[in-house]
Amino acid sequence: MFTSPILDYSLLAPILIILAGALIGVGVEAFARKEQRAPLQLGIALVSVVASFVQLLRVRNVRSLKAAIDSVAFDGATVFMQGSILVLAFFALLLIADRGNFVAQASAIPGSQDEHSSIAEGKSQTEVFPLTLFAISGMMLFAAATDLITLFVALEVLSLPLYLMAGLSRRRRLLSQEAALKYFLLGAYSSAFFLFGGAFLYGYSGSLSLTGIATAIDVNSGNDVFLLIGIVFLMVGLLFKIGAVPFHSWTPDVYQGAPTPITGFMAACTKIAALGAMLRIFYVALSADVVMWRPIVTVISIITMLVGAIAALSQRDVKRTLAFSSIAHAGFLLTGIIALNQSGLKASLFYLVAYGFATIGAFAVVTLVRDSAGEVSDMNRWVGLGKKSPLIAGAFCLFLLSFGGIPLTSGFIAKFSIFTAAYESGNTTVVVFGVLTSAIALFFYLRVIVMLFFTEPKSDAVTVSVPSLKVKLVLAASVIVTIVLGVYPSLLLNSAQSFASFLR
Amino acid sequence: MNPYIPILVIGAIGFGFAAFSVGVAAITGPKRYNRAKSEAYECGIQPSPQAAGGGRFPVKYFLTAMLFIVFDIEIVFLYPWAVTFDKLGLFGLVEMVIFILTVFVAYAYVWRRGGLEWD
Amino acid sequence: MTTRTDLVYLIALPLFSSAFLLLLGRIADKWGHFFATAISASTFGIGLYEFFAMRSRSGDFRAATQRIFEWISVGTFKVDASLLLDQLSICFVLLITGVGTLIHIYSIAYMSHDRDRRRFFAYLNLFIAAMLLLVLGDSYLNLYVGWEGVGLASYLLIGFWNERPAYATAAKKAFVANRVGDVGLSLAIMIAFTQFGSVTFSGVKDAALHASSAALTALGAMLLLAAAGKSAQFPLQSWLGDAMAGPTPVSALIHAATMVTAGVYLITRSNFIFDASSTARLLVVIVGAITLLFGAIVGTAKDDIKKALAASTMSQIGYMILATGLGPVGYAFAIMHLLTHGFFKASMFLGAGSVMHGMNDEVNMRRYGGLGKVMPITAVTFGLGYLAIIGVPPFAGFYSKDKIIETAFNAGGARGILLGGAALLGAAITAFYMTRVVVLTFTGQKRWADGTHPHESPSLMLIPIILLSVGSVASGFLLNKGNALVHWLAPVVDASGAEGGAELFKPIVVSALALGVVVLGVLTAVLKYRGTVPVEAPAGSPLTRFARRDLGQDDFNHRVLVLPGRAITKSLVGMDFHFVDGIVRAVGWTLSYLSLSLKKVQNGYVRSYALLMTIGAIALLATIWLVTL
Repeated sequence: MFTSPILDYSLLAPILIILAGALIGVGVEAFARKEQRAPLQLGIALVSVVASFVQLLRVRNVRSLKAAIDSVAFDGATVFMQGSILVLAFFALLLIADRGNFVAQASAIPGSQDEHSSIAEGKSQTEVFPLTLFAISGMMLFAAATDLITLFVALEVLSLPLYLMAGLSRRRRLLSQEAALKYFLLGAYSSAFFLFGGAFLYGYSGSLSLTGIATAIDVNSGNDVFLLIGIVFLMVGLLFKIGAVPFHSWTPDVYQGAPTPITGFMAACTKIAALGAMLRIFYVALSADVVMWRPIVTVISIITMLVGAIAALSQRDVKRTLAFSSIAHAGFLLTGIIALNQSGLKASLFYLVAYGFATIGAFAVVTLVRDSAGEVSDMNRWVGLGKKSPLIAGAFCLFLLSFGGIPLTSGFIAKFSIFTAAYESGNTTVVVFGVLTSAIALFFYLRVIVMLFFTEPKSDAVTVSVPSLKVKLVLAASVIVTIVLGVYPSLLLNSAQSFASFLR
Repeated sequence: MNPYIPILVIGAIGFGFAAFSVGVAAITGPKRYNRAKSEAYECGIQPSPQAAGGGRFPVKYFLTAMLFIVFDIEIVFLYPWAVTFDKLGLFGLVEMVIFILTVFVAYAYVWRRGGLEWD
Repeated sequence: MTTRTDLVYLIALPLFSSAFLLLLGRIADKWGHFFATAISASTFGIGLYEFFAMRSRSGDFRAATQRIFEWISVGTFKVDASLLLDQLSICFVLLITGVGTLIHIYSIAYMSHDRDRRRFFAYLNLFIAAMLLLVLGDSYLNLYVGWEGVGLASYLLIGFWNERPAYATAAKKAFVANRVGDVGLSLAIMIAFTQFGSVTFSGVKDAALHASSAALTALGAMLLLAAAGKSAQFPLQSWLGDAMAGPTPVSALIHAATMVTAGVYLITRSNFIFDASSTARLLVVIVGAITLLFGAIVGTAKDDIKKALAASTMSQIGYMILATGLGPVGYAFAIMHLLTHGFFKASMFLGAGSVMHGMNDEVNMRRYGGLGKVMPITAVTFGLGYLAIIGVPPFAGFYSKDKIIETAFNAGGARGILLGGAALLGAAITAFYMTRVVVLTFTGQKRWADGTHPHESPSLMLIPIILLSVGSVASGFLLNKGNALVHWLAPVVDASGAEGGAELFKPIVVSALALGVVVLGVLTAVLKYRGTVPVEAPAGSPLTRFARRDLGQDDFNHRVLVLPGRAITKSLVGMDFHFVDGIVRAVGWTLSYLSLSLKKVQNGYVRSYALLMTIGAIALLATIWLVTL
């Protein structure tokens, strides 16, 4: 029998507002004049993000599994993750709106006459704003989805715009396009795994919803081999998105090739969404089967930390380095899944926000270091930047220290709480490795700091361009959040605590 | 494993048929080699070593194909809606209007930005 | 310990003032320095009020606490941001805010020609806030925040004149030495947390009663390492001399009176740990004794007046560290010496600043001479500080240093004689090099550079110096009167326990001995430096000849005193290079090898990446299969 579904629009509104904003954005692209597009698009994007956030605040205390039949859970974790995605996306949008990061005409062949004339005409590709909004809506849905189909749709909605945006860099366009193609091919490959895994889980449990799968595991009906293959393949898709080893190989190439603001957006927001979905799947659907998956997640977490930290050591490109640092952080974040307790969830939520802000800030700094040909991401040319621009270099150091987990930065509290959670749940091995790799990573971060501040600058044309108001806002917010969460973490820890729950 | 036995059987038959056809053709078929036979088959057109225009197909083909798929999918969604229209009622109508509007926005974008012009 | 009071203002006032001045920017240039000084003075006012309030409370209720907010709450680990004002911290609060305020006043005049005076004052206020947090925190973690804060303020202020070329290496040295110390402190915190489950002073104190001696020794050693980094103690002493690149008021406040004594505070605060571990105590006295001699010897070789004073600071802190290692009786004397030292060393640094102010920022004492006549007030106040530091009765240093020497002799057995002897020898060398400073600077002939017109400094600079020198005259007597400080601190450092071993010498004998060696040192210096002071005004080739002879003298000092030290250092460094560094290098080499091989995997081909993913997926499947079957 077919009955019409009942939707709770107030709970879906945060996502719907973003989607509406995106559609209006596409409309603007169609009908607005060229020179009006950029400011209009930025306005629409920021307004929809803010409006969505306000709506989220209004319904933050509602808890419901019936927002969209049974496929979206509106619980504490959803509110917290959607909120953090929105806040970080707000700053990412400011960064995206800063001039000169995006290609004039994406369809022009790099180096062709077309390209030169489009640059001369002052064209710019403003589609990036609606694309960002589409990606944001996908992320928000991904963090809230409770059945495998919705999860997959959300995964694609968040991924497709990102594939495209990765190819929109204004400089070094071939590198950027290569990155986009790589990201797309590997992303499609991993999506196939995800879908296949979902199919196997359905085959095992006869249900697409996470709670249905959990029940099936509880009563132990069905074929264990299906469950096993299902879990592993689903995991492959998710681990790809957060960039865990051995599914990480796209990360450095894509981070390097994509326009820097997009990289920042990807690093901060995608991580929240992907880890959010992963936490939900493991906490809600698979928690009964923890003995089966905990050993591999532990191994993956350890390998990821090690590879991320060690590979970062020999990198010469700032963006690649940050990519490996993000891989290492994916490893640290996995300890929150391994912990499988409420404090693990709380710590993960806190970690995601702390890491997100430091990342966006770090990439904001990367956009500022330039020479005549655009951004300079070669680390050897950053030498002595502390002398040229102590404030910007100082901010960068702060973010690196936060990545390294130095006390008084948000990173310390984040690492500390996530390791404590894992320790309390009895997973000492992963904590030991976590602390060890933190030490390795620290070595690298300190090397960069010494390079920035205690080495004489070369006479080079590298300059730190004066940040525009938008970039200043991003930097100020990131610095303040990084310090405040380091000095007074209860501010966020308490709310993470109260929001750290999944509805089942 | 009982329910899977038919699948296995079908798989085995499929594989067997393919192997059989290829094998029988190789054994019984006449073998007369000539130039035309060793060339790649391209819908009866003389195969050229490179596509026209320096090996690149114009992106226009791709655009048209994409547009076709978009509207094709719209139709795919419209069919089930039409079948259950009476049961979904007003809700279904509103949702479908929103859906069509959404696709229309994409259409407007393509149209305004010159996606429908061949040259 | 139930008294509660509002302590947060002590820290919040200067902190907000600092942020305020930095954010306002140039608008506040006209009045920023007055504002900062007023804020500093008001913290001193609060400090005084709290002091009298504390005195009016009866013994058990003297310590006051304030819980500001729940700082970290992770699982079972909870730390509050809480402040603790007890008999020990109030001493520091008064010293920091009092001396700090005087130095603020002094800086108004001293920095009057600097474009960035407002920024300088903002940093000074930041320093006051951080230092107050350091001494008021009620847990090691809160202390750590202040510890890093003073480090930050210190770099900002050392580097204030960063156009100076020496800055880069100076800041680098300070950075490295302090990081080593910080690692010590953070390891100590981790040890405390894992072994005792608490990082508050009271929690660790309770747990220390029944802790293993190995844990206590490790904790003590790490705390000592932290103290050595911050207080420029052997083997992390090298940065202090270079830190003199900063403006002189900074040297007086941070690198003489307050920040560098944080190590002494840390050890005194952790007295319960050192009381329980004799090994840790032994380490402390060794470090203290070596540094007090080391600093004194370096002091004899320095021509730069600020570096000579810096070396002397190092040496005096060596005395304090030595005292803290001497067990329960020593803590109070360490703190007493710390307080008196705060007065006389600050007054001398400010005096040196006053001299430099009149001499176009010349720091080479060989270019001074005869300044006593043109700068009478500076000379007199410096002289009072000088008498205090060499320990002439009844000046402040006599009381405090004498007590330390006495306690060192009483440590018992060969150790007592060794430590006492070292302290006594240190006193003699101190007398020698401080006399040298005074003789070279204020007496004898003028050796000024051309175009120098030394003059007495403005009264805004002189008043703080005079007030400080009053302190350097009277503080020792006052603190010692009826063992006032010892009794005051008794609840904190728990000196009621074992009184030191049998007296080796009667106190009067020790005093006489100390005075004797001091007189010896003074006479040697006077004889030595009176002879070499040139009659000629420094000009033309006579100057160069004079300079050469002078250098000969310097070379002598260098060869006899510095070179052996350097040789020892070198061999130590060599060992460090081959052994410790070797391990570090091996680890680093392995890591970079691994890193490069990982780079090879990252070859940029999508096909390889996809293959890697496939292999990964298969490996995952296989692992689970193996685990579950």
